[in-house]
Amino acid sequence: MNDLIGFVREWPHSVLLFAGVACVLLIATVIAEWLRWKTRDAPSQVVANLVARIRAWWVMAIVVGLAFAIGRVGMIVLFAIVSLFALREFITLTPTRRSDYYALLAAFYLALPLQYWLVYIDWYGLYTLLIPVYAFLLLPILSTIGGDTTRYLERTAKVQWGLMICVFCISHVPALINLHIPGYEGRNLLLIAFLVIVVQSSDVLQYVWGKLCGKRLIAPKLSPSKTVEGFVGGVASATALGAALWWITPFTPLQAAALALVINLMGFYGGLVMSAIKRDRGIKDWGHMIEGHGGVLDRLDSVCFAAPVFFHLIRYWWV
Amino acid sequence: MISNLLASSFSGAIRALTGARALWRCSPSSDHRVYYGNHVSHGDFVMIWSALPPALRRQVRPVAGADYWQRDALRRYLIREVFNGVLIERDPAQRKQDAIETLCDAVDGGNSLILFPEGTRNQGDEPLLPFKSGLYHLAHCRPELEFVPVWIDNLARVMPKGKVLPLPLLCTATFGETLRLRADEDKQAFLDRARNALLALSEHGSAPAAGNAANISHGAAE
Repeated sequence: MNDLIGFVREWPHSVLLFAGVACVLLIATVIAEWLRWKTRDAPSQVVANLVARIRAWWVMAIVVGLAFAIGRVGMIVLFAIVSLFALREFITLTPTRRSDYYALLAAFYLALPLQYWLVYIDWYGLYTLLIPVYAFLLLPILSTIGGDTTRYLERTAKVQWGLMICVFCISHVPALINLHIPGYEGRNLLLIAFLVIVVQSSDVLQYVWGKLCGKRLIAPKLSPSKTVEGFVGGVASATALGAALWWITPFTPLQAAALALVINLMGFYGGLVMSAIKRDRGIKDWGHMIEGHGGVLDRLDSVCFAAPVFFHLIRYWWV
Repeated sequence: MISNLLASSFSGAIRALTGARALWRCSPSSDHRVYYGNHVSHGDFVMIWSALPPALRRQVRPVAGADYWQRDALRRYLIREVFNGVLIERDPAQRKQDAIETLCDAVDGGNSLILFPEGTRNQGDEPLLPFKSGLYHLAHCRPELEFVPVWIDNLARVMPKGKVLPLPLLCTATFGETLRLRADEDKQAFLDRARNALLALSEHGSAPAAGNAANISHGAAE
């Protein structure tokens, strides 16, 4: 009954929000198709990629919208699946050896479902410790099976890192539903919407600002596409967007802007860190699952870094 | 009916688990072809099969070792009814029909083949074992056949030898450019050319194989 009241109370805001997202995507689609029509004589790679990216955004928005409509369980299941795809991409591209089989088995089939089950039953103490402490201790023990010492520390570090980024960090997105904020009961799904919309817009706006007026590369060794102009313009405009979305959050406009700034900066650095790993491995994208974007991790690198910080800031000051 | 369903579920499972991504350097075609690949796991031919366009799948038959696949009723059922395999006897002493003749019959019957010229699963550190001569003899008997190298990447990590539960990791099958036996080509030259064409694909797969990365990933591929 409470769930139902909560659902009904929150739907006007969520409907408004998704209508807004649909409008933005519609405008983007019109612009991209117009660009494609304009360049029809000399088809360009950039425009083709833009069109593919926007199509993928429609799919992603619809999938998140469906999970949103189902509610808490839908979100937890969605992000568990996203974690699985992300971890699969990460482990695929970070070579391990045969003797890591049991550690990987435990990572995929034990740590991942257990983490999301703990989020589901709302056992905060354990989902905060499961991967940083217990998986951290168990996985290297499993990697000793077979007595293979070749690159032992490197291998165990890779598996642990993959779990932290792809499972621990991403699980903090649905964990936002568990926060009991006085006066905000039953509306926590909108916190997820705030986080995802602000951080993803920051990525998109950095891309747009970069394409429009980007000149100086901000970290040429780490990323060939991130520019100073893109960074400043993207973070500033996504922060303004966060402030403008204060009405779906328990924050004042100023607080919303401050939190948006923090998660945008975390997201930016998340992109840089994941980019550094890709450069080191000699690859451009983590995978091929999302047309035009690359893999799941290419799309979520910023959310991975922003989610736990967003979660703990709210938990410390608003709960 | 049931065997078709089973075939689709094997192929569906491997696609769900590994993505079974296909990269084509030649164009997919229903011409009679021999797809030859590196052999690291039992999933290999299901992988190649799943990466092929559905319209081509039914006429592509894997070549499998009779000694292994006739060991019990379940394997006999799977290889005959589900995978529609062409069985050849690997041990010459056991042979009733010449292996190359068996393959030629299958080709003449309108099928394409999946073949693993290493002859056995590669469990070592070498990326590719020396080829058995069967590939050459087949090319010699049917010179019009096109040979397509297929490099399967990462599948050995999905299910290492002797393990039961597969790991979900992304795999890529890279289909290289077709090659044919040249008029004046001798056995060793053809086998070397075919083997090098396959090895060349390994460096362009999804997993990088340069420097340190090569050492560690080949360690995984044992």
